Amino acid sequence: MIEIRIHGRGGQGGVTSAELLARAAISTGKFAQAFPSFGPERRGAPVQAFVRVDDKKIRLREKIYEPDLVLVLDPSLLDIVDVAEGLKKGGMVVVNSAAPAKDLKKKYKWPKAAAVDAAKVAMEELGVPITNTTMLGALLKASGIMEVAGMSEVIAERFGGKLGPKNFKALERAFKETQVA
Amino acid sequence: MLKKRVGIEVSLAVAEAVKQARAQVISAYPITPQTHIVEELSTYVANGELDAEFIPVESEHSAMSAAVGAAAAGARVYTATSSQGLALMHEILFIASAQRLPIVMTVANRSLSGPISIWNDHSDIMAERDIGWVQLFVEDGQEATELTIAAFKIAEDHRVLLPVAVNMDGFILTHMIEPVIFPAQATVDKFLPPYKPALKLDPAKPVTMGPVGVPEVYLEAKKQCEQALLDSKAVVAEVLAEAGKTFERKYNLIETNGKKKAKTLFVTMGSLGESVWSAVEGLNEDGEDVGQVRIRLWRPFPVQEFKKACKGAKRLIVIDRAMSPGSVCGPVAQELKTIFYKDKDAPEIVNVIAGLGGRDVPVADFKEMYRLAKKGKLAKTYTLWGVDSNA
Repeated sequence: MIEIRIHGRGGQGGVTSAELLARAAISTGKFAQAFPSFGPERRGAPVQAFVRVDDKKIRLREKIYEPDLVLVLDPSLLDIVDVAEGLKKGGMVVVNSAAPAKDLKKKYKWPKAAAVDAAKVAMEELGVPITNTTMLGALLKASGIMEVAGMSEVIAERFGGKLGPKNFKALERAFKETQVA
Repeated sequence: MLKKRVGIEVSLAVAEAVKQARAQVISAYPITPQTHIVEELSTYVANGELDAEFIPVESEHSAMSAAVGAAAAGARVYTATSSQGLALMHEILFIASAQRLPIVMTVANRSLSGPISIWNDHSDIMAERDIGWVQLFVEDGQEATELTIAAFKIAEDHRVLLPVAVNMDGFILTHMIEPVIFPAQATVDKFLPPYKPALKLDPAKPVTMGPVGVPEVYLEAKKQCEQALLDSKAVVAEVLAEAGKTFERKYNLIETNGKKKAKTLFVTMGSLGESVWSAVEGLNEDGEDVGQVRIRLWRPFPVQEFKKACKGAKRLIVIDRAMSPGSVCGPVAQELKTIFYKDKDAPEIVNVIAGLGGRDVPVADFKEMYRLAKKGKLAKTYTLWGVDSNA
């Protein structure tokens, strides 16, 4: 089982990232759960969402305390939230950042790091700095949970005919541009 | 032939199930964490995907009142609520069962104020334990979907004709995206034919429903309702078995897992049963003599089935998700202490009240409960899990 925690700010689409990833994993025959940190959502405040993916039915109704992977949509969170809290030994933090992954790994003392300038990719591909789908590309590159192609159907469903392909293109580009350290 | 698994929020899966059940009247008032269900249903009705009357009422008291009226007129009726909303329905809930109206309601279980809490526990339904409804608890999204459909079949059976509450944990289930397999519409239609009321309000053939029960008849009327609820157990078992066959699963009133004939058994109701299941699996791998009993039907309580599932057990660790202030323990433990009273081989019953107001109860905590129970270190009355100063 792989457990993922997503950090973002209210309104950045972290919950949607979790939902898309779980739905895509399920559509490829896996078992998955996606859930928000339950409670009132506040725009701009640090928020979390969670994903579990496994090959068999998941019998757990608890929060994720020791993630294998942490996905950070907003680099401004790095200095105000301990995004690596509870991270498993050998776990990885995947960040939206223009900084090289090896520098981030060293600075924050993470076991492993992956980074991509998702804000830039999103601006160029979508015209808005919303990185939730873009960062899924980075997560897939860093984790190998599933093929990139597996995401296309749920993204098309979620965003429709016009925005769907653009979001998928941003995801594909982030997959290519993500560096792992 | 069943369709493939899809990833869906469980609230939306329940709405889909209500659509597949072809509900004819939905009267509802929004309340977290139930809202997504009726919001989705209102969309279906507005889009013409569901041929039903959607009544957006001004309160839960009105939601249940409208449900009573619609059911009395012979419609298949659905509503959903939670917490304060269920509490506001209180007086009408008794009327629905007394008038033998087969309303189906999802209760997205949530704590009661105060302090104000939108999070999950079972306080809401435990305060409505004695309303005379059939009360089911589900553990996951698949069960929520299928038992919502089955609930109509139970309620509308002429041997039952009682309202059914399907309890699902708020947020933990309602807001979870997980895999669900939906049955084909034709399968549902075959399983659940159109509702044929035994009696209905009809201007062409007037009847009186809900008259005064003078002292000479009140008691008999109450007994009839109680008897109907007791007798419903056999029908619930029958419908669950048929649902299991139809949806290719297994549904009993009481389920068991873990080591067979274990000395210690966890007793759970609702979604925490899944975490306990994982805890029991882990403990079994470590060689521990422990199993689990899961209660699916809470009212009428399946006494014989429960006792059979516990045969040979020396100790029950009963997980309650509500308090019963001023009593000796939580409501589920009270029930079990009552049914085992004076039995020669009655197991010891220890009670842990856990997860109130959305407090997370991780798998590791259940393992710890087991270790404490084994050493005889859990309180004789109950342990309020996670609170330092236990009484």
